[in-house]
Amino acid sequence: MIWEVFRQERKGQPFTHGGSFHAPDQAFADAYAREFYARRGESVALWVVPREAITAIEEFPDEFDLKYRRVDGYSIKARLKEARERVGSTERSIAEAPALPASERD
Amino acid sequence: MNSERAQLLLELADDELILGWRNSEWTGIAPFLEEDVAFSSIAQNEIGHARALYELAAAELGTDADALAFDRKPEEYRCAPLVQLRLVPDWARTIARHVLYETADAIRIERLKEHKDSDLAGIAAKIEREEVYHRLHAEMWLDRLGREERYAEAVDELWPYALGVLEPSLRPALAERVGRPEVEAVERSAPGEEFAELWNEMTMVRRSAPVGAQW
Repeated sequence: MIWEVFRQERKGQPFTHGGSFHAPDQAFADAYAREFYARRGESVALWVVPREAITAIEEFPDEFDLKYRRVDGYSIKARLKEARERVGSTERSIAEAPALPASERD
Repeated sequence: MNSERAQLLLELADDELILGWRNSEWTGIAPFLEEDVAFSSIAQNEIGHARALYELAAAELGTDADALAFDRKPEEYRCAPLVQLRLVPDWARTIARHVLYETADAIRIERLKEHKDSDLAGIAAKIEREEVYHRLHAEMWLDRLGREERYAEAVDELWPYALGVLEPSLRPALAERVGRPEVEAVERSAPGEEFAELWNEMTMVRRSAPVGAQW
């Protein structure tokens, strides 16, 4: 049986994933979690969870490019490229182009 | 001749040092990886307890903890025969010893916490805070193995040794907790051949270094 351990470094901080290990039941898992993740005072609290109790969600379809709903809005990189091709502006090299703000670099 | 107090401290310290050493013989070969790490940690804790106890004895005897741990002759060690037994690679017997020792040690530490000497009472309280987790570890293994025939055989074999960890007045309490009748105990005495081998290995580095070497 596989167990996942989440550890908190200081009171009030969020728990972060520490790692995982095999143990036959909760008693063994608790003992091992204590030895692996809290022996040297590196954690103030642990969550010891059987992996099967965790639901993993990994698919987030976005088929229609509804990026306008996101705080960073549309990416304009692809549109700039299109526009350049339309006017045939091959003379501007990448190096001369002004740097795009991070949010538009895609 | 050592005082009664120093004698008591040396018995306790020797028990913890030698048990820690014996348990550490499982490092790298315990039944599975997670247990390897946990059991090694417990071994390290026991040796830590030994150091604290030796320091207390050393203050009284005018020496230091390393000298007490490593510079005595094999026949001067006071550890109980239970902790001297070399049990690798028998996990059932190792766990039986672990359970019996922790049960006996709990009784001894409870008594020591009430000692009129505040240094002794204080160190007992400190040790107890770690031993709680050793006992939890021992108990979870007992739950797993307690009904196995090999485990029962191991306890049969080690029971007289377990009684020998405690002074006679504390033995009835151990018999009650373990649920076995008191039998003739294997008493502390000058250690034998099996211990001599351990001692030889344990003190090898210390003996190879010049006197007064700093680590």
